[in-house]
Amino acid sequence: MSARRIFARPARFAAIAPYVWMVLFFLVPFAFVLKISLSQTAIAQPPYEPVFDLAAGWGALKAAFAALSVDNFRLIGSDDIYVFAYVRSLTVASAATALLLLIGYPIAYGMARLPKNWQAVAMVLVIVPFWTSFLIRIYAWINILQHDGLLNQILLALHLVGQPVVWLSTDTAMYIGIVYSYLPFMILPLYATLAKMEPALEEAASDLGAPPWQVFWLVTFPLSLPGVGAGVLLCFIPIVGEFVIPDLLAGSNSLMIGQTLWLEFFTNKDWPVASAAAIVLLVVLLLPLLLYERLQKRQLEQGR
Amino acid sequence: MAGTMADELPNTHVATKAADGDAVAAGRPLLRIESVVKTFGTFRAVDGVSLDIKAGEFFALLGPSGCGKTTLLRMLAGFEAPDEGRILLGDKDIAQALPHERPINMMFQNYALFPHLSVRDNIAFGLKRAGMARVDIATRVSEMVALVKLEGLEKRKPDQLSGGQRQRVALARALARRPQLLLLDEPLAALDKKLRESTQGELMELQRRLGMTFIVVTHDQEEAMTMADRIGVMKSGKLAQVASPRELYEAPRSRWIAEFVGDVNLFDGESKLRDGHRLVIGTRDAGALVVAEPREPIGAGKLAVAIRPEKVKLSRRGPVSEAGHETAINRLDGVIADICYLGGTTTYKVKLDTGGTLQASVANSARLDVDAYSLNQHVVAWFTPDDCMVLQS
Amino acid sequence: MRKIARLSRFNVASLALGLAFLYLPILILVIYSFNASRLVTVWGGWSLRWYHEFFNDRAMIEAAWMSLRVAVSSATIATLLGTLAAVALSRGERFRGRTLFSGMLYAPLVMPEVITGLSLLLLFVALNAERGFWTVTIAHTTLTMCFVAVVVQSRLGSLDRSLEEAAMDLGCDPVRAFLSVTLPLIAPAIVAGWMLAFTLSLDDLVIASFTTGPGSATLPIRIYSEVRLGVKPEINAICTLVIALIAVVIVIASLASKLSSSQGESVAPL
Repeated sequence: MSARRIFARPARFAAIAPYVWMVLFFLVPFAFVLKISLSQTAIAQPPYEPVFDLAAGWGALKAAFAALSVDNFRLIGSDDIYVFAYVRSLTVASAATALLLLIGYPIAYGMARLPKNWQAVAMVLVIVPFWTSFLIRIYAWINILQHDGLLNQILLALHLVGQPVVWLSTDTAMYIGIVYSYLPFMILPLYATLAKMEPALEEAASDLGAPPWQVFWLVTFPLSLPGVGAGVLLCFIPIVGEFVIPDLLAGSNSLMIGQTLWLEFFTNKDWPVASAAAIVLLVVLLLPLLLYERLQKRQLEQGR
Repeated sequence: MAGTMADELPNTHVATKAADGDAVAAGRPLLRIESVVKTFGTFRAVDGVSLDIKAGEFFALLGPSGCGKTTLLRMLAGFEAPDEGRILLGDKDIAQALPHERPINMMFQNYALFPHLSVRDNIAFGLKRAGMARVDIATRVSEMVALVKLEGLEKRKPDQLSGGQRQRVALARALARRPQLLLLDEPLAALDKKLRESTQGELMELQRRLGMTFIVVTHDQEEAMTMADRIGVMKSGKLAQVASPRELYEAPRSRWIAEFVGDVNLFDGESKLRDGHRLVIGTRDAGALVVAEPREPIGAGKLAVAIRPEKVKLSRRGPVSEAGHETAINRLDGVIADICYLGGTTTYKVKLDTGGTLQASVANSARLDVDAYSLNQHVVAWFTPDDCMVLQS
Repeated sequence: MRKIARLSRFNVASLALGLAFLYLPILILVIYSFNASRLVTVWGGWSLRWYHEFFNDRAMIEAAWMSLRVAVSSATIATLLGTLAAVALSRGERFRGRTLFSGMLYAPLVMPEVITGLSLLLLFVALNAERGFWTVTIAHTTLTMCFVAVVVQSRLGSLDRSLEEAAMDLGCDPVRAFLSVTLPLIAPAIVAGWMLAFTLSLDDLVIASFTTGPGSATLPIRIYSEVRLGVKPEINAICTLVIALIAVVIVIASLASKLSSSQGESVAPL
């Protein structure tokens, strides 16, 4: 028994309520997704079958299991719409994450080099837009990017373009929206590692004869890799499943998987296929999710 | 158990005295640690330590980092429970009691002052837990504030205090409950050197005035020697020696302790012959040395002769010969190889003609350097057999 | 030794551009919300016309009220549960099911919302629960308690453990030590957690769309359906009001936490 263990006994009781909650509203729902993804579509309410009826006894349960099928997964694997949606989601997420890193790094680096009291101010400034609604921020860009929006007005006034450019419903608009929405998620972990870095390390490198760009590449950047990893995962994973931004800003001819799932669910009312699509999406994201979890755990529990 | 203790607490001063009285009357120590073992995984942090602490004693646990001294202290406070052995306070085994159930308080290394509470509330914290009446708490707190000379700072928060003031708050907070035993974990480590020295004196004065029992953990041997009545030196989880500061310095039980506590010259050798109450030991680096026979008999085999640098005298021609003692005095010729001026003393490194090096610490009793030796100067180093310690290697 | 200039021109430029990029769109939105003209892009002078319009839009007001109720209740439950979870994770050492527990808590942080929403809806349908205020509240609680847990856990992790030991040494049992020392010290993080949960709930479109029933749309759902049809000046006004509300919440919460702790620790909103 140690001091930590004296404290641990009552602390474990604190787990009960959240544990039960998460099992009930996080784990169990997944079981439902899995089950329904293996069911047949039906024109009914709810629109799937079979439904487990525990009251019907073991025989009915066996029958229900027998009725489970992998048809939905076969459909997802063979239908181009789904394959394309997954491929597009991953490409968009990769490109957007790369853009975010490219834009976010200099900002985080600049923040980390500010005087200490200014750093706190800069951090608040970066976080505050994150507190304003996600939807509002996308909407703000629709305001700017629309046909007679501010951007086109400025471009026309400067005679950079002869006629209004179509921005909305393009990939450009979508990338702008993604970068805008996720920028704080990239900046904050980067800033956290850069700010913790001993300034003497950079001074030592330059003292030992490295020009500034080498100081950056040989010392600063390698040391900031944990932050890069956290930022990349923190952006990449949710972007893959993103729905609102592509829906409002990108064109409708090629959909991301989040949109396909939404469409399947709300418009086509095909819950089993939507569930199967969700399962596949989870499998696709499993590796980055596990990576992220390990990072998060290490970061939160390093003080233990 | 917590309840009864809390009820008694306002009167613990009296109760403690009575308990101490009983213990003393029965010839029992206040605290008895019996073959205590604590392992972390496969690492035996504390490995069979037994120790008695008398009431009113200022005891220091001294050792290098990782020797188990802090683990032992934390077991006394109740933050760790021993895997084996007993810890008796009075006649109660408290080894498995929780921290809040023990009439023992601790002053933490980083003070662990509650940052959200004022000086007053920090000091009152333990009294409130004991269910003391509000009026009594106020009286006790102002007593404590006066005791550690923090008058006027009662309303400050810890981050508005200097390092020395924080240390005093931590001390007052731990003393407020009038514990039977106060544990201090590196109490002065966070203070600078000057403040540390003055605080050492204050701690000793306080302990004597309150007649309380203090156990302090430190890695600083000077601190331990200055403050403690007795010192327990720990090495790899075991108590290597428990002795008064003087005994520890002048009669260390092992070669390791001799080297750990203070500076020492060591010469390895073997016992050659006995001459009355003198021994002659042949050493490789300093030839034959005459030493006083140690109190405890020495076994055969490899020995080491140890001489503290300040016991070594230097002169240009050797000691003035005294009749009868001439043969008994150890005389070593050599050349000054290094000079280290330290203000009060100067340490000379003498390269001996016999091959070894000898350190001699000479008091700078005159302001002008007429007596000083210069580099490469030929000198005679000498010391008496009584100044030599014989240690088993 | 040659000293590198701490702040190069490149650093300043990237900071300024970055912040401009983050703030300009919102600023433009706020300004246009006071535009008198019906045409969003033509400046017709200052006016509160669209705010007036919003306050007369019953459906919109109802949605806003629903969102506020959901946000307050889910943030409160989530703060309670999330704090408990953080305590268990940072002070519970090893216990059975710990890995599963932390996995369930960290996964929703990055899990695509479509999946969380879909799975919860399937649960509610299977339970035959009537969808509306409570289902959305439960869904938002599930999502936001994870954020609260992370915020509180990181504060707990950086807290000096010897403070709790000192409390126990001075006569507290572990529960008392937690209540009298740990809790006051992590209060700012708990407040920050509540704020985060509140704004996340107010913000959420996807999960709410899945878990709400007909006739009980939240504000983001209403805004979304309006925005799909094109830009409307009234939306600018609503968005500005939401921004103002969130700003007020942030200011109040940070003032409250400043009062509760004079340790000079700022409340990191994340």
